[in-house]
Amino acid sequence: MRSDKSASAPFGLKIAAAGGLLFLHLPLLLIFLYAFTTEEKSYQFPPPGLTLKWFAVTWERADVWQALWLSVRVASISTMIALVLGTLCAAAVSQTRFFGRETISLLVILPIALPGIITGIALRSAFSLADIPFSFWTIVLGHATFCIVVVYNNAVARFRRVSGSLIEASMDLGANGFQTFRYIILPNIGTALLAGGMLAFALSFDEVIVTTFTGGQQSTLPIWMLQELIRPRQRPVTNVVAMVVVIVTFLPILGAYYLTRDGDQIAGSGK
Amino acid sequence: MSAIAQQHAIETGRGSMAGRVSDFLWKHPHVFLTILLGPPLLWLGIIYLGSLLALLLQSFFSIDDYSGLINYEFTLATYRQLLNDANFDIIIRTILMAAIVTLFSAVIAFPIAYYAARYARGKWKVIFYLGVMLPLWSSYLVKIYAWKLILAKEGILTWLVTKLNLLWLLDAWLSLPVIGGNSLSVSYTGTFIVFVYVWMPFMILPIQAALERVPTNLIEASSDLGGTPQQTFRHVLFPLALPGIVAGSIFTFSLTLGDYIIPQIIGSSRLFIGQAVYAQQGTAGNIPLAAAFTVVPIIIMGLYLWMARRMGAFDAL
Repeated sequence: MRSDKSASAPFGLKIAAAGGLLFLHLPLLLIFLYAFTTEEKSYQFPPPGLTLKWFAVTWERADVWQALWLSVRVASISTMIALVLGTLCAAAVSQTRFFGRETISLLVILPIALPGIITGIALRSAFSLADIPFSFWTIVLGHATFCIVVVYNNAVARFRRVSGSLIEASMDLGANGFQTFRYIILPNIGTALLAGGMLAFALSFDEVIVTTFTGGQQSTLPIWMLQELIRPRQRPVTNVVAMVVVIVTFLPILGAYYLTRDGDQIAGSGK
Repeated sequence: MSAIAQQHAIETGRGSMAGRVSDFLWKHPHVFLTILLGPPLLWLGIIYLGSLLALLLQSFFSIDDYSGLINYEFTLATYRQLLNDANFDIIIRTILMAAIVTLFSAVIAFPIAYYAARYARGKWKVIFYLGVMLPLWSSYLVKIYAWKLILAKEGILTWLVTKLNLLWLLDAWLSLPVIGGNSLSVSYTGTFIVFVYVWMPFMILPIQAALERVPTNLIEASSDLGGTPQQTFRHVLFPLALPGIVAGSIFTFSLTLGDYIIPQIIGSSRLFIGQAVYAQQGTAGNIPLAAAFTVVPIIIMGLYLWMARRMGAFDAL
């Protein structure tokens, strides 16, 4: 180990790095301040006064609860579908060798690598070609498709670390494939799946672009926010909802980090 | 489950039904592989690729100018329409914006990534990591909303500028042609700031990954041989970080290219590709032209990925 490895950074670098991080965080902190403002008609700064009133007002709002409930249901079902499909895909790619493995990875990543509007409009025109009416399931169909990749990434990284000899040892000791899966593979990949699932949930919970194309008249929480962004009608309620959304999306990210932190690849690094 | 292990496995019969099934799968790896891959491939193949191909096929149809209905005959007329002046302007504008956003994202992301890779240790490493991850994953709409608050005329930015007695500078900037406008929230400058804010975090982690692989003694060797910090950066650090920058730029470039919500909420009335697609498929009902528009980002990203691959960017992902 070289002695100057612990040398401190040049002053300019410190300033630039700190400035960059502040640029990322100050706007989010501002959201917290605005949730308490007494001003209803504009985005005035500094706020003329602070109040807790809007939390109570938001709590009473049926449309916010409906949107939240729809988002939670969509995110839960999409996450479950993505967990099954992503894990199957990861198992196939990491445990076996076959022609076209690279293509599979590409196919899984494609829905998130291409701009969301392409996925959205493709699904919408396919629904209209096949005469499928918009419903809860059309939203889920879109969300599950791009959630597969986060589960897949986490599961592939973990599968790489599960030693093949463990599986063979289990088989040699007389366990059948299902028992091996239940007692050997699942405990080993469990936290990676949980982390992938949390990230998939966060991704689906926040998705707006694909949803505008596959949702019809239904409004998830992001769609509700988008309508408020385009035509602000109830700014104080929007401020409170925005703050709650920030807090709610922080939790799965922190959770996923703690579940995978000693992994060789950390969850979410390739959103 | 390698082939060798499989040949040498002692095949004792496992009596139960579950045992027989798992024995069968062990002996027939192709069946096993099909069962594993079948569901995800069917899902992605039918739902995703199927719709994508159906959409692309529609770009070869055209819309009947009188009835407004789609004319299901093969034609390149829609592509001719795509390249008329107004639409071509939209494409050029979007590509330029994506390129500038990518450039600035790299400039802002580099110091954060470099500090995190070389100087941050222990607790600070975690703080930097979460400090990047939390904004990256927090809600896209909330981030845009935050900037709506900041850029509003009565908002914090105007307040700050007034306090600093720099209002003349802001007004001078807004009176510039093209990048100016009535206020920051309806100008290209505003659109640009929000794009950089929302997509820049995607640039940090790939650069950091590339920089972590640069051995410290290379940098020491450069300065031992008399290189100034500027020379070390130009000839040692930057070339080694380049694959990471290119990998990050895939995200910033692609995401800017397809976005239609940011320029709709914070921006001027001049369209970007995403907005054009949205308008064509929605109010105009011209699915063929919308489909042809989506081909543009697909082709650009195809070229971009091909270039990135040649520069070794995929190893940095």
